[in-house]
Amino acid sequence: MSAQPQSASPAAGTGSTATGARAGGTLELDGLTVGYGGAPVLRDVSIRVPAGAIVALLGANGAGKTTLLRTVSALVPVASGRIVFDGVDLAGVRVEDRARAGLAQVPEGRSVVAELTVDENLRLGGLQRFRGRRLASAVDGVYDLFEPLARRRRAAGHQLSGGERQMLALGRAIIAEPRVLLLDEPSLGLAPRVVAQIMAVLRALRDERGLTVLLAEQNVTSALAVADHGVVLNLGEVVADRPAEDLRTDSALRHAYLGF
Amino acid sequence: MDRLLFLLATGLARGAIFALFALSLVLIWRAARVVNFAQGAMAVVATYVAFAVTGLTGSYWIGLASALVAGGLMGLIVERGVMRFASHASPLSGVIIAIGVVMVLQSLLGIAFGPNARPMEAPFPETPIVLGGVPVLSPYDLFVLVVAIGLMGLLALIFTRTSLGLQLRASAFAPEVSRLLGVRVARMVTAGWVLASAVGALAALLLVPTELGLNPHSADMLFVSAFTVAVVGGLDSPPGALVGGLVVGVLISLVTGYLGATVAPIAVLGLLVAVLLVRPGGLFAATEARTA
Repeated sequence: MSAQPQSASPAAGTGSTATGARAGGTLELDGLTVGYGGAPVLRDVSIRVPAGAIVALLGANGAGKTTLLRTVSALVPVASGRIVFDGVDLAGVRVEDRARAGLAQVPEGRSVVAELTVDENLRLGGLQRFRGRRLASAVDGVYDLFEPLARRRRAAGHQLSGGERQMLALGRAIIAEPRVLLLDEPSLGLAPRVVAQIMAVLRALRDERGLTVLLAEQNVTSALAVADHGVVLNLGEVVADRPAEDLRTDSALRHAYLGF
Repeated sequence: MDRLLFLLATGLARGAIFALFALSLVLIWRAARVVNFAQGAMAVVATYVAFAVTGLTGSYWIGLASALVAGGLMGLIVERGVMRFASHASPLSGVIIAIGVVMVLQSLLGIAFGPNARPMEAPFPETPIVLGGVPVLSPYDLFVLVVAIGLMGLLALIFTRTSLGLQLRASAFAPEVSRLLGVRVARMVTAGWVLASAVGALAALLLVPTELGLNPHSADMLFVSAFTVAVVGGLDSPPGALVGGLVVGVLISLVTGYLGATVAPIAVLGLLVAVLLVRPGGLFAATEARTA
């Protein structure tokens, strides 16, 4: 698999306002097994996400996609195997320290803090990296990227529509300029127009900032449209690991594991 | 009529102390989802420190500062030392540990200082100022009101205008999401305990000079009243603590003034029961009912 050529120069309109934006990092899962006892949730999963690539993590409900992402963020313990981020084994590194190192996750269900305003949610996402004026301009960068949010700065999280919540969750994750972004089902329950908008933003982040993305999706068509590479999970095991183009065209594989 | 004005004014001053102490319960509830039954005993320890420091230095103000520091330290020690290890599976475990802390602290205070009440002097006179022939409230009551309002304003600023406040709120509402954003949630829980315990210590320090004196049980009734306040206002709601504190303060003052001091605790418990029956989430409950 070939890494995308990356350009570290942050372009206008990607939400990057700070100088020296970080380029994407690599993420490697090496023989990852999660859950003890009879039926592990993940079994010997090895996935490589090269710098600046979008890798789609596909599979049915219950295939282990969410568990895999939660394990990478240390929300779920590893039974055996390694998670390597930019050449560093993350064993023993806590959730918040993984985030600070540049490993961001947008969990399933959009995870907006309902009691905080849009502005506060964004500042919360950015304040581990920026303070003061730089934080304010990073927040403005997200508003440039997601204009509907700019009109709702003072609205509480619970007042937002599903699409606005997903934009906010994504904006909040990228505001600190992560090096690897983990996304769990961003398209869930959203109108096709909003899904297209979110996928376009992911593509722009990859193209313009070299962001590395691991995208768990049930919406195979949308995911493969932006992905460079696709990994198919079935019952906790990797059953296919191919360039996205192959997965788009191989109807037998699609039919067997992706249901269409 | 004159009497009513006086009772209302002193009730507000007393209520401001209840509000502060209730606020300390609310802050810990929000940070750690524990009703800290040890808050009273912790605050009394800090008040003893103030008492000792004032005795040594002769300065009420150095004593006050040391109560804040001692209160914060108590919060740090109790959270890091025991509360952190409470199981979250049942809300009871935190409560039982807190009651254990109360027993330990009150016994230690009893051993160190004895059970007798020690008079504590207020920094200002406690006789009411008379305005146009009507006694209104004492300079000390005024001082209490100013300190309480000032501290609440400061806390509101910290929570709404600073990065620390934003992280404290986020950690309380959504700990997992906050961790995913790099917030050191465990540290925020500790910070919440330190802040809350300093506030509770100040409340006890303000109250004791208006009572019989300082002894290991000085804050027992304060805790009961403030717990009522927190429940009346809603354990999740700082504005609820403020309004609830004033309501309970005025209620106690009126009942004491018109019916006698022995009736006051019954009135407080009656209010607690009434609110629990009618609005179990508290009058200011926002989104969800309490789980404890």
